[in-house]
Amino acid sequence: MNTQQILDVLRGAVPEGSVEAAHAADGMPAIYVAREHVAAVALVLRDHPELGFAFAPDITGVDYLPREPRFEVMFHLVALGIAGFGDTPKRLRVKVKVPGTDAHMPTLTGVWKSMNWGEREVYDLFGIVFDGHPDLRRILMPDDWEGHPARKDYPVQIQMKPKVYEPLQVTAQEFAANIQANRDRAQQD
Amino acid sequence: MAEIEIPVLTTTVTKMVQWARRSSIWPVTFGLACCAIEMMAMSTSRYDIARFGAEVFRGSPRQSDLMIVAGRLSRKMAPVLRRIYDQMPEPKYVISMGACASIGGVFDNYALVQGVDQIVPVDVFVPGCPPRPESLIYGIVQLQRKIDQQRITELSSESSRVPKPLIITG
Repeated sequence: MNTQQILDVLRGAVPEGSVEAAHAADGMPAIYVAREHVAAVALVLRDHPELGFAFAPDITGVDYLPREPRFEVMFHLVALGIAGFGDTPKRLRVKVKVPGTDAHMPTLTGVWKSMNWGEREVYDLFGIVFDGHPDLRRILMPDDWEGHPARKDYPVQIQMKPKVYEPLQVTAQEFAANIQANRDRAQQD
Repeated sequence: MAEIEIPVLTTTVTKMVQWARRSSIWPVTFGLACCAIEMMAMSTSRYDIARFGAEVFRGSPRQSDLMIVAGRLSRKMAPVLRRIYDQMPEPKYVISMGACASIGGVFDNYALVQGVDQIVPVDVFVPGCPPRPESLIYGIVQLQRKIDQQRITELSSESSRVPKPLIITG
């Protein structure tokens, strides 16, 4: 399926004006999705019988600094297809424009679970807040880091003494409670 | 009686202890990046660090004498490295392996520590990107020469924590 065919499928199922075609230099199907409709469009992309993008392997961000809207959150989707039934695997690139003055976006962890850590990475490096994310903490940088390093206005070099000593963050009781909570959550999943 | 060889060797206690110490430098199993691959190659039979008694990579810092900082050290990893170093028993030594560990290498950015001597006292710097196993073996031999110059009476003092600069000629 190319971009136009995917858009044709989407047109009837999603709100008017929420999707449009995007340019892709490599020929991969690519669409823009409006920020306020991204959750609804994501559900259609996943559940529509002609689309079935069940797998979200990648999510990242881009900072176009002088431009406004400043950020773009971009994620890839894959429909694995069912071999032997005339169904070929397909890919899709979805872009969401996020303004720099209001760097918020609805989370997609409810649609694809694999978005969880990816959204944490985008939050860590770009400072884009995913509303409704279950566990929006930093994932790559230290927890007490200041700033978001992948932003274009972040300095490349910083003069800062490296931290040598890290006191224990939790007591023994809190540690045991955290482990138990993680186990319980894993069993529920 | 002249034809009987007596199996006896005379030496001093200091010399013998120094020989034993320098011939059993056990490194801690600790690799950070691509330099660790060369460090592992150093322990294989091709390069054979066992010739110098340093092949026993210990899984626990509490049984180790040497920490080879093999690779770039991120700011997030720095407290971990320091904690492992603090767990090693005295006397302990540190080799900074490669350009990244020594001065930050090509990664002159916010995320990396620009030289592990900001975190732990370094005894030997090994240049290279990454250093070949021979280079690291040369660094260990230099460390052996350094250990040879230490007196066992000095080891218990607090001053042994700070490495003294070693001038090696030739």
